[in-house]
Order: sequence, then structure tokens, then C-alpha cells
Amino acid sequence: MKAALAQANARRFAALGDPTRLQVFALISRAPLSVAEVAAQLPVSRPAVSQHLKVLADAGLVSLETAGTRNLYRPDTDAVASLRDFIDSLWDVGLARFKLQAEKVARERARPLRSAHEPERDARRLPDARAAAQRKEKR
Amino acid sequence: MSTTVNDHRVRKSVTVAAPLAVAFEVFTAQIEAWWPMASHHIGQADCAAVLIEPRVGGRWFERGVDGSECDWGHVLAWDAPHRVTLMWQLNARFEFDPSIETEVDVRFTAIDANSTRVDLEHRGLEAYGADALAMRESFSAPSGWNGMLEHYAEVAMRIGATRG
Repeated sequence: MKAALAQANARRFAALGDPTRLQVFALISRAPLSVAEVAAQLPVSRPAVSQHLKVLADAGLVSLETAGTRNLYRPDTDAVASLRDFIDSLWDVGLARFKLQAEKVARERARPLRSAHEPERDARRLPDARAAAQRKEKR
Repeated sequence: MSTTVNDHRVRKSVTVAAPLAVAFEVFTAQIEAWWPMASHHIGQADCAAVLIEPRVGGRWFERGVDGSECDWGHVLAWDAPHRVTLMWQLNARFEFDPSIETEVDVRFTAIDANSTRVDLEHRGLEAYGADALAMRESFSAPSGWNGMLEHYAEVAMRIGATRG
């Protein structure tokens, strides 16, 4: 699940990484639009808009809906509904950052205490403690 | 880090090389130092700190550099340094919404004097399912899904850089 989610997010980032695509995405997020309607609002040709929409669709960010004879693009509801997936990712990043911060604070507090009591041994121990922390992080 | 998910709940566990008290303190009193969405705070002013009043019923809120305050939720359970449960009331657009009731339950367990296991469960996410329209709108809001994804990518890269 985690690897699949990371992969899905990576595709979304890549798709939104293009400034024009981000604009296309922002436009259809406000209201479902046809290719022609998007092209009318941007300095981009219809074929180019189609291509951008295809990339966004492949990334799972937009989907096509048919209203009468019109083909309209809109944000993909599955992607929207996966807010839970986003919260999942959010805590992944949050806890990774929390780990970095907690370990930084722990190291900062361990250091002055040791050097106050055992200044000589501290010099030898510190690299080991750092290496241990790094080993732990790599796991 | 391990992950378990179902439709309405996210569960995460992480082990940190820090004593129990430090882990609890950093989690509850230094949120702004690790929260991954610093640029997606909810107030108008730049965020100075995210604060939890350390008691049941205490506020969980953000304070801007101009002194303005915005609620995120409140404290449901407080058992320092072992457990904290927070009511998270931010909607899909990262705005305070009292009708959104999701719970963030965090338990801290000492493995030894210098390492702590943190188990987090964010539950009640079905609260978001009720408002599909708002979720659609969240796409266009600068602090919405769109911005979150971009910020997530940025933070992920920064963590990668930190770890060399």
C-alpha cells in the first residue's frame, strides 16, 4: 500500500510539475471544462491542452465526463476521495520529520550533560552516538 | 516506519532514538518544528507556533506572528508522557470546521532509556466523505490538495537532502 501510494503521489507531482498543466488543472478544478474552453483561457493550442489533460488523466488527477454532446474534464473524484491517502502521506512525512527533530533534541540534550561530567570520554563517545543515530535512521 | 490503513483510519508507527519524555515533548510542544505543512497553516498571518494546552479540553491552535490565533481542534486525552489524543477539526481545505471531527491518537512507549516507539492513529476520516463538494473545491484553493501535494513533494525532498 505504502509503495503504491508513493508511486501514485510521484505521478501526481510529476504531472503537476509543468506550469501550464498546473494552470489547466486549476481551471478545471473551478468548473468542468471542455478542451476548447480551457484553450480559450490559456495561450495554448487545443491539441496542446488535450495532451496536458491526457497527462493529468494518466496521473489520476482528472477524468472525463460527458454532458449531452460535450466532453468535460473535471478533477478525478477518486483522487479527491483519496484525501485519506493524502493524510496517510502527511503523517508519513510528519512522523519522519518528527523523528529527525526528536533525535536532534535528544542529541543536543545528551551532549552538554556528558561534557559537563565527563569531558574527555565525551570526545570519544560522541562520534559513536552519532553513528548509531545515523545507522538507526537508515533502517 | 510501518503503515496500516483501512477506509477511515490511518495508522503509523515510528521508533525514534530519543527518551520517552523528549519524544512526547517534541511531539506536543514543538509541532511547528516538524509539522510538514508550515506553509499551509490556516491563519492569515505567518505561523509563529502551533500550541496544545496540556489538559483535557485544552485548545489546539496556531498562533500567527501578529498574535492572531486559529483553532485546529482540542485535547481529548492527556496522559504525559504516554499518550495524547487530539480532536482534529480541519477540513479538506485546511480550515477549521467544527463539524469535522477526526481523532489523532498518539501513544508513546519507552523501548529503553534512549529510544521510544510512537504509535499514531488518525481515525474518523469518514467525516471528510460527507462533503464531496468541499473536497472538489479543495482542488482550487491555494492551501488545498494541490498545494498539499506540492508541499509534500518539497518536504520529501528536503528530508532526502537532510539524510544525504
